[in-house]
Amino acid sequence: MPVISVDHLQKRYGDTVAVRDVSFTVERGEIFGVLGPNGAGKTTTVESIAGLRTPDAGTITVLDRDPRDPELRRLVGVQLQESQLPEKMTAGEALELYAAFYPEPADWRRLADELGLGGKLTTRYAKLSGGQKQRLSIALALIGNPAIAILDELTTGLDPQARRDTWGLVESVRDRGVTVLLVTHFMEEAERLCDRVALIDAGTVVALDTPAGMIARVSVEQRIRFRPSVPLDDGVLTGLAEVREVRRHGTQVEVIGEGNVLHAVTAALAAHRIIANDLRVEQASLDDAFVRLTGRATAEEQS
Amino acid sequence: MRVFAKLTRAEFRLFVREPMQLFWIFAFPAVLVVILGSIPAFRKPNDYLDGQRVIDLYVAIAIIMTLASLGLQVAPMVLATYRERGILRRLATTPARPVALLGAQLVMSLLTAVGSLVLVLIIGRVIFDVALPRQPVGFVLAFLATAGAAFAIGLFVAAVAPSGKAANTIGTLLFFPLMFFAGLWTPREVFPEVLRRIADLTPLGAGERAVQEAMSGQWPAWGSLTVLVAYMLVFGLAAARLFRWE
Repeated sequence: MPVISVDHLQKRYGDTVAVRDVSFTVERGEIFGVLGPNGAGKTTTVESIAGLRTPDAGTITVLDRDPRDPELRRLVGVQLQESQLPEKMTAGEALELYAAFYPEPADWRRLADELGLGGKLTTRYAKLSGGQKQRLSIALALIGNPAIAILDELTTGLDPQARRDTWGLVESVRDRGVTVLLVTHFMEEAERLCDRVALIDAGTVVALDTPAGMIARVSVEQRIRFRPSVPLDDGVLTGLAEVREVRRHGTQVEVIGEGNVLHAVTAALAAHRIIANDLRVEQASLDDAFVRLTGRATAEEQS
Repeated sequence: MRVFAKLTRAEFRLFVREPMQLFWIFAFPAVLVVILGSIPAFRKPNDYLDGQRVIDLYVAIAIIMTLASLGLQVAPMVLATYRERGILRRLATTPARPVALLGAQLVMSLLTAVGSLVLVLIIGRVIFDVALPRQPVGFVLAFLATAGAAFAIGLFVAAVAPSGKAANTIGTLLFFPLMFFAGLWTPREVFPEVLRRIADLTPLGAGERAVQEAMSGQWPAWGSLTVLVAYMLVFGLAAARLFRWE
């Protein structure tokens, strides 16, 4: 039974089509990623799910209700992109105020401690670091004990360490039983966090799969590089069924193959008592999948 | 109701953390009355003013000025900033509605204006023997009508301004000419006839006249109250139609 279902969503602003045709379902308890380049229609899609926008066509149900149902405001926690707080409001005041909006709020002090904000409760919003503001924003999305958390561009603008900390946080949110809808344009984030991913490009879903499935779809090829401990005859490797090609780069050997090629190669080397030094296995990443499926470079490379 | 009270308290907290706002709303009107009252000539009955003293007039003008600062400058800036920073949008995703924040801001402003009003009345009464409003019901009515007109215009500014800074600039540009008609630089009682008629049709000119009349014991002119209610309705409805939440 899906908690969110989006069916042929369409939304345009004037002459600009933001969402052409988006459909997917989100199951209870999963971290579902909405992935895509900037301007692909991700934010419009999640804002429609959050009840902030009215679709031009298509239907959305959230917990079996219309997204605009006021009941949903207490069941769905939303962390919006570029949504701030008054500069002179302290973190503690914001948490206490937002807790008062909900009938059964979480204990805001404990929530602040869990998100590492326990020592920042008397700090004004303007004085918080980017990571702390982001964590406060997540805390406000979780303060009503929601069944679903919508997190939009959670880690944009954070430094790598803060980004990794935030990922840990999202996993802990899921571990409480909250279904997470995560919008991102960072491949690494989606690969690390998401159970399933909808890849959106130019307003349509171009792929919907697990991150591993999406990678497998675009690439079955693996590359292995190593430096043999003694000179190696190519024939040792080219005779293996899994190996397609062997290349030489100076003293380095590159093996291109499919399936369980790593196991086949290491077994063959062991049989010839050759040690593979500096062994590296290169697999396609979600980045590669993204490029193949959308035909363009990823956000990280553009920026 | 609990949510609204908490929002109002939060707005009040934010207000008192702005030293400039505190100065213009509480200190400046009081200081203005004290300075003008220190001039001996302003404490003598004046034939041009039907036997009233200049200081008697400036208590009312200071009250109008507080409403003008809050309604035309503070409220539009705060509300447009809330929209600009996505605070109204965030609120739209919670069980609290963005309109509640708008209401809390207005209630906070009105309570603050009442505080400033009481301060100015007490200073006028204690130091300069300015009589407390002799027509109290009319005074409350005139005060509320002026507040309504000023906040309606402020909401309209907040609705059309693209940013908090722009809202503050527009509010300030409105503040000076409108306060001129309220007599901040020259009391409207000594305006030439034509200017006085124009002033009577401006929101703060009408407000000053109504408050002044209630101070001196008359019932505020229905013409002034009608002008104030008209501003409140026209700008209030326009603001309600044009206000963008994001």
